[in-house]
Amino acid sequence: MSLVLSDIVLTYPDGDRRLTALDGVSLEVAAGEFTAVVGPSGSGKSSLLAVAATLLTPDAGRVLVGGQDVGALSAAQRTALRRDRIGIVFQQSNLLASLTAVEQLQALAHLRGEKPRAVAARAESLLASVGLTDGKQHRRPHQLSGGERQRVNIARALFAEPSVLLVDEPTSALDHERGEQIVGLLARITREHGTATIMVTHDKAQLRAADRVLEMVDGRLAEAVPA
Amino acid sequence: MFVALRDIRFAKGRFALMGAVVTLITTLVVFLYGLTGGLASAASSSIAQLPTQDVVFGAPRGATPEVSFSNSGITPQQEQAFAAAPGIGRVEPLGVAMSRLTGDGGATSVSVFGASDDLLPPVLSGAAPQPGQVAVSQKVADDGRLRVGDKVSVGGETLTVSAITADRSYAHAPSVWTPTATWSRVTGAKQPNALVVDPGSADVAALDTAQNTRTVSREGALAGIDGFSAEQGSLQMIQGFLFAVSALVVGAFFTVWTVQRKADIAVLKAVGASSGYLVRDALAQALALLVVGAVTGAVVGFAGGAVLGGSGMPFTLGAATVAVPVVVMVLLGLAGAALAVRRITSVDPLTALGANR
Repeated sequence: MSLVLSDIVLTYPDGDRRLTALDGVSLEVAAGEFTAVVGPSGSGKSSLLAVAATLLTPDAGRVLVGGQDVGALSAAQRTALRRDRIGIVFQQSNLLASLTAVEQLQALAHLRGEKPRAVAARAESLLASVGLTDGKQHRRPHQLSGGERQRVNIARALFAEPSVLLVDEPTSALDHERGEQIVGLLARITREHGTATIMVTHDKAQLRAADRVLEMVDGRLAEAVPA
Repeated sequence: MFVALRDIRFAKGRFALMGAVVTLITTLVVFLYGLTGGLASAASSSIAQLPTQDVVFGAPRGATPEVSFSNSGITPQQEQAFAAAPGIGRVEPLGVAMSRLTGDGGATSVSVFGASDDLLPPVLSGAAPQPGQVAVSQKVADDGRLRVGDKVSVGGETLTVSAITADRSYAHAPSVWTPTATWSRVTGAKQPNALVVDPGSADVAALDTAQNTRTVSREGALAGIDGFSAEQGSLQMIQGFLFAVSALVVGAFFTVWTVQRKADIAVLKAVGASSGYLVRDALAQALALLVVGAVTGAVVGFAGGAVLGGSGMPFTLGAATVAVPVVVMVLLGLAGAALAVRRITSVDPLTALGANR
């Protein structure tokens, strides 16, 4: 399994008591599998994503990414793991305003100590594969539409060829048609790149493309509903 | 510096404004440096460039010797004691007084030095003065249209110009040099103000104790020029304030800039950038801004200094005048920026995820 979460418990301080965000959550996602997690606001979806992304350390339970136990890693090692093995598609595209679409991807190469110029062709090719062509690769975020920005967001998440892809409400800023295109693109990418993908969404209309749909209720992953 | 350079390109208005501030402060500091050096030279070059190691100040029995040319006096006994000390090198009496020199070209205030030929600045024309003669600095000669052989009046005594020397000045008055005996006659002073000595292996401390004198280095003797320390101290304090202001301004700019970039920093951390990488990136950005701003300021300051120096203003223009402000500006600015960008380490990458934004 590319991503394994077992018996995850996560609590937050809430005044004098602690609020349970994840209550014994277990989840396994195989390479090439597109899993959708739905649920109302505050049900724990984002917390699940944050734990899988190694951005939050759970109170209990284990997280394995590509067989590696995240709990045994130092902060620096977790940062490196995110850089090399985990791709995150953010809810807002979260692109850096000063960088063109290609440079958003080249910046990741720079983080890894690679020469940005050396990866320019690969970055352009990846952007083209998510539908960003006709010179749009060299535009800055404010010169792109919402759907185009989301495509750059996806390309950035894929650039390091991660084994795990975590997708946070990718259609929340898009209309239905564009949202459908983006989810379809994510499903295709999951198959083509063999990533273990978890997409968190509250939009039940976008679930057809998912291989598996789980529902999060009050911090627990409830039985799957039909996709 | 991949992101840092592109941030500068993207927010060029903000960075240009900040760079202009660094440029202006550096220009101001270069001007102040040059002015400080020029004023120091005008106040002290006759002493600072004496071919000797130490200067001895004296006081009569019962008084405390102090580093002050105007309050010091050397008795014949003190001079003899130093001259006779075992192992001592050069010992020369030095008289200093302010007076007025009048020639055909008009009158001017001068500092009159009574000293032997050995202490004379480099002679540009003529010969070292003999009794009844005076060597004048180039500036005195130029202003008074004096030539070797001309007669001038100094302190009511008529003296013949024997030489024109390289420019020297004391207490902002150009210097003239005459033998000690002639100096006593024109100034009315009975004793030289100080001794200039090369101590060799002599026990100067013991001599000071025994003779009620105080020996200081030539550089230390500059404090004995009236107003020198206060003047230099004031200018140096202004320089210090300017450096502090520049560090604060740069620090404030990068504090605001870092706060504005907080969301971007969170995203970069979430996708795998370490705090170290981001801090290095931010410091490189600050360094680029500071170097460009400070070097531009130095060039402007250098050009302005050349104009000021040519107009007769006391202004020293040299490599140090330009290099020191640039280096200090960059280092202090970088320190200010470092304090500002350290908050990068506290940005939580979790805030990049939707629910927390």
